[in-house]
Amino acid sequence: MQNPWIYVGIFVLVGLLIPIAAIAIAAILGPKKPNAIKQSTYECGIETVGDSWVQFKAQYYIFGLVFLVFDVETVFLFPWAVSLNSLPLFAVFEGIIFVLILLAGLVYAWKKGMLEWV
Amino acid sequence: MTFTQVLFLIFAAIILGSAFMVVTTKKMIHAAFWLITTLFGVAALYAMLNAGFLAMVQIVVYVGAIAILFIFAIMLTRKDLRDSDTPLNKNWGVAALIGFLSFGGLLTILNNWTGLLKEAPELSSGMDTISDLGVALLSPNAYLLPFEVASVLLLAALIGSVYVANQAKSE
Amino acid sequence: MEFWKDPITTIFDSLLKSFTSGGMTEDLATVLIYLIGILAFISFAMVLDIFLVWVERKVVARFQDRLGPNRIGPFGIFQPFADIVKLLIKEDITPFGADVVLFNLAPIFSLMSVLLLWAIMPFAPKMVGVDLNVGMLYLVAAGSIGTLSVIMAGWSSNNKYALMGAFRTVAQMVSYEIPMVAALLVVTVLAGTMGAVGIVEAQEAVPFIILSPLAFLIFLISAIAELGRSPFDLNEAESEIVAGFHTEYTGMKFGLFYAGELLHSFTFGGFIALLFFGGHRLFGLENLGPLVGALIFMGKALFFYWVIMWVKYTVPRIRVDHMLAFNWKFLTPLAFILLMVTALVGRIFLHSPWLAPALFISNILIAWLTIEYLKSHARKERDQAEASGSAPATATQH
Repeated sequence: MQNPWIYVGIFVLVGLLIPIAAIAIAAILGPKKPNAIKQSTYECGIETVGDSWVQFKAQYYIFGLVFLVFDVETVFLFPWAVSLNSLPLFAVFEGIIFVLILLAGLVYAWKKGMLEWV
Repeated sequence: MTFTQVLFLIFAAIILGSAFMVVTTKKMIHAAFWLITTLFGVAALYAMLNAGFLAMVQIVVYVGAIAILFIFAIMLTRKDLRDSDTPLNKNWGVAALIGFLSFGGLLTILNNWTGLLKEAPELSSGMDTISDLGVALLSPNAYLLPFEVASVLLLAALIGSVYVANQAKSE
Repeated sequence: MEFWKDPITTIFDSLLKSFTSGGMTEDLATVLIYLIGILAFISFAMVLDIFLVWVERKVVARFQDRLGPNRIGPFGIFQPFADIVKLLIKEDITPFGADVVLFNLAPIFSLMSVLLLWAIMPFAPKMVGVDLNVGMLYLVAAGSIGTLSVIMAGWSSNNKYALMGAFRTVAQMVSYEIPMVAALLVVTVLAGTMGAVGIVEAQEAVPFIILSPLAFLIFLISAIAELGRSPFDLNEAESEIVAGFHTEYTGMKFGLFYAGELLHSFTFGGFIALLFFGGHRLFGLENLGPLVGALIFMGKALFFYWVIMWVKYTVPRIRVDHMLAFNWKFLTPLAFILLMVTALVGRIFLHSPWLAPALFISNILIAWLTIEYLKSHARKERDQAEASGSAPATATQH
């Protein structure tokens, strides 16, 4: 039993089981009388026009891309942060250079107007 | 069979099954969610190997960022979120043949490779793998250069996406 | 006596002994005990969740100068049980065109992503589910499962409002994850470890709130955004998009989203307590035993849960462009500058008695410089706006 992830695995299973049980109990106890009005899409009482697909701003995707870059960056920085105290001082500067290069990217995106919600 | 082997078989079945669903399902969004299942399966395999850092990176980066980006992309581009015709075209026979051949090739190569049967050395209980990883990443005679190049690569990705988005906007 | 010093291990050992004496292998017995323990632990979390519903309703009532639930039981404390009975016997409606599988999976994953966080919560020194050495990354990973459940709910509902709410939520959760992770990195630098237990141990002498008050502020703001509570509740802006991603959910499924949100807030209160306020410590009171420590920890978590509520019922909602600009143009650069300064100062003053004052002063300096920069920037924009005679509304964006 060396692996702590067994505990996490059981936690995932039980964490899934409890909400499933809640929904199952509700499904048994609750009434089931579906009709067309009940099941129609809720739009504050107004008839739905067209399908539920609406055009989204491409801006969401840009923010997603910027997020992805920074997400990967932070993953690299975690080992750096953990081992910082056992490393010589220049290791700090290595990490700082790493962050600065990416902040330069953020500034570039900012100046190009990519961070505006237009 | 030991407990670990049973677990491995379960996760392997989940990975293969969901990967198969990714390429055969007709709804694009479903393909994305099956892909996420595959990624979770791979993360579980990492966790079984006690490689917690890799497992978490797999979930944070692939599920938390890349898969979400996929879903954004699908929702932004496709008005009709499903393929109208079958996902197979007439070349499926050739593809299946190539698939089986590469599987067989891999099987023979791996069967003759002695490294496959090597046992991993026992880790001492007091060892902090994350700290060691950090030391390895930051030591000049280990992986310092790849570490910094990774940041430049990420910068290039960011600038590239900004450039492409700018072009799309001006058109 | 042994029990009060280390209750979890005592129970574990006695159960293991009784299981293995019946001829069970040790591995199987351990898995079984884990299962029983986790079931009890999660049931405790769910009971706490029921209590939180009452706390939330009572507190919001007081903020709004009302009485709140006061009919069922003393101070209306049994109100949430009545709520649960109602949720259980309500009809479960699945809208036309909904993707049934994903529609049902979304609330399950939403609650699970919150419950997962409890696996690494260190209530007291020996009262912790599991001490992962990647604790902080685990926190982020569980958050990404929550993001996923929101997308599932929004897309599978076949409803415009739900989809819009999901998109807004995801954009917000994803954006504010970056400053949150940067604040976690600051804590990791200070503690020298990613594990939750190690972080609490590292605050033996000084809690991290003193070493890095700015990181606390950044974490609090991004945690509120991650939770989607006001002022960052654009995902369920009632006046614009009905209820956001859970518009179409009824009965128990809605209940699971609601329970997940409340428990998530409380859990983040706990994380604030463990990351910045020394976890189970309170002026030496924790030496009375781990159960007292756990009670102190819960008290701290409840306090920060109250702080999050306080913000929620005080501050109005912000606009979506302001929300994103605030994150990418202010919070993210600030968090990374703080990370670099903390790493540098922390490394230079390592093992020196000046570590705490140096870090505190550097934090204050960063905060002061930021405020000065913001002031001058705002002045410049105001002058520009006055010169060109345009509306001042654009000048407030920074």
